Amino acid sequence: MPPVATSSASFRDAIVRGLAAPFAALLRAIDWPMRGLQRLIGERHMAYVFLLPNLVFFGVFVFVPLIINVVFSVTGGAALFPSERPYVGAGQYGYLFDCGSYLDPGSCREDHFWRGVANTARFTVFQVIAMVLFSLVTAVVLNMRIRGRGFFRAVYFFPVLLSPVVVALIWKWVLQRDGVLNAGLTALGGQKILFFVDPGWAMFWAVFVSIWAHMGFYTLILLAGLQAIPADLYEAAEMDATPRWRVFWRITLPLLWPNLIVVIVLALIRGVQTFDEVFVLTGGGPGTATLMVVQYIYETAFSNQVQNFGLAAAASVVLGIVLFALTLAQLIASRRRSA
Amino acid sequence: MSALTRLIGTRRHRGRWHWTDVAAYAYLALGVVLMFGPVVWLVLSSFKTQAGLLEFPPSLLPSSQREVVVQGFPQPLPLFTVTLEDGSTKVLAQARRIGIVAQMVDPQDPAKQYRVPIEKRVPVREFKLATANYTDPLQKFAFTRFLYNSLFVTVIATLITLLINSMAAYSLSIYEFRGKNAAMLLVIGTLMIPITIILVPVYLVVTEFGLVNSLWAVILPGAATPTGVFLLRQYMLTLPRDLIEAARMDKASEWQIYWRIVMPLAMPALAVLAIFSVMWRWNEFLWPLAVLTKTEVQTLQIGLNAFQGELQTQWHYLLAMTVVTLAPVALVFVFLQRFITTGIANTGMK
Repeated sequence: MPPVATSSASFRDAIVRGLAAPFAALLRAIDWPMRGLQRLIGERHMAYVFLLPNLVFFGVFVFVPLIINVVFSVTGGAALFPSERPYVGAGQYGYLFDCGSYLDPGSCREDHFWRGVANTARFTVFQVIAMVLFSLVTAVVLNMRIRGRGFFRAVYFFPVLLSPVVVALIWKWVLQRDGVLNAGLTALGGQKILFFVDPGWAMFWAVFVSIWAHMGFYTLILLAGLQAIPADLYEAAEMDATPRWRVFWRITLPLLWPNLIVVIVLALIRGVQTFDEVFVLTGGGPGTATLMVVQYIYETAFSNQVQNFGLAAAASVVLGIVLFALTLAQLIASRRRSA
Repeated sequence: MSALTRLIGTRRHRGRWHWTDVAAYAYLALGVVLMFGPVVWLVLSSFKTQAGLLEFPPSLLPSSQREVVVQGFPQPLPLFTVTLEDGSTKVLAQARRIGIVAQMVDPQDPAKQYRVPIEKRVPVREFKLATANYTDPLQKFAFTRFLYNSLFVTVIATLITLLINSMAAYSLSIYEFRGKNAAMLLVIGTLMIPITIILVPVYLVVTEFGLVNSLWAVILPGAATPTGVFLLRQYMLTLPRDLIEAARMDKASEWQIYWRIVMPLAMPALAVLAIFSVMWRWNEFLWPLAVLTKTEVQTLQIGLNAFQGELQTQWHYLLAMTVVTLAPVALVFVFLQRFITTGIANTGMK
């Protein structure tokens, strides 16, 4: 449908131009002082001027906080300003890791943290496995010769753009006690299920909703990988009358492997940081059945009666180390791919 | 019909149906139901009245009982189809109900009264959109405030993001200078540091600047994004150098080269970053949740979350507000779908 395409393209241009107009005016205004600066320090040194704003932002909002985070984690008390906080050494970490058995969160002094760890681990494992499975199937199906491929791709992709709050509310409405899913269950002769009262169901839906929301993103990565596989490989296989499952195992899967690795690691990194959807959907409940590590950090620092910044910082340092290890794994995996 | 046969008639091998073709279409059909269903259900539900939402099992379309104004009664009366004693049916309005007996009047002839057992009447339903769900929150809650806050954060943050990241990308792609590698490493380093692990110290920094409960506390921390620097730098590296050299010959200042030559040429990459930034900012949750505690500075996402957490969730308003929050993103998607998907496929980021 060429006419639609052109009208959407001109619409897009109009948006881009509209957004750029005030921007351009600002940029023009900055030229005069910049010219003076250039005369002062020389053409080559302007590189630093261009880099500076970004580095200031990175510094103030990422690097300095990274250091202060460690300072927070080795100091105690309820004060926010580090100068007013007494040094406690590894006290916060000791408190965090004070457990009878690490496999039983109930035996820990800070049991909510360990429940968060256990839930996050469970959530991440289920989520990554299901995510890889479903996004792989979807990508393979979308890569077949199918009518309306663009439409179907959009169907799977659109939830990626929705906010976690919206996603959680959509499903909360479907899953609530008198919701449409329970109506379906009773119509089929079943009983209503209180999904958010049962710990098992709450975790199931937390995983399900997160897959629903993010599957499109991973599908897209895999689809790009599938489309990069040379078609003549498949043609050769077809000429030899190779069975389809064999084509899949011998050609598709090995050549898709790098993209699969990316999907697995990205899903792992995101899974460990899960917070918003689950928080809005279940609030961490019932009890602490779906409480995640990030929710623990948020509540310890900001929403509990006593704001314990030190403990929250210690927990986020631990989370940071886990994320660092995962990122390192990703780097090694992608290095091996390019080698 | 021909469209349908054409739709189904495409197979891998011409002429022969393989079971995988059937399975593929079945899977896609299931996907449409599973992915679209909940959103369609949300939109349909958002037009139901409060009473309509309490019905179980729920009706598919928003409908409610029809009401009429009858002479002599101050309130509009609900209409019922009543089976009278002689077996005939009549549409009557219910004046009041006493126990199991309803006192009803004929809307055409208000003087005529009937006493009807309640099991003999069936409500008259009509398709009706409860648009009040959308218009009420505009007056009753801080909803307009949330909307404004979200718009402000999204627009300003995106402009700042575009500016400072394109400047850095320009510096890192056009110039050779001492410390360039260190700067690149620094940027790569921040790629690994999400806000989740520096929540407390960023809160401290923001407090030091006196920005707690200010929209700038949400705008500033995420403004410099390594994703953005990378995306733009990759693109700028492909631009022809001769153009820049020629501009220098013509005595253009470095700043002019940046915004008159490189920026317009980098427009496709800038547009991708702009869309990403709008999505990030419009949808951002954890950080605003931590730093915006007063209602008047909260964004839509935080406001929605607070609203759904209240004891007596007013679902009819909540659903409508959710639809309003979802609408701009849906619009962006409809117009820029291809653009977004290729952007993500090319960068592997979102």
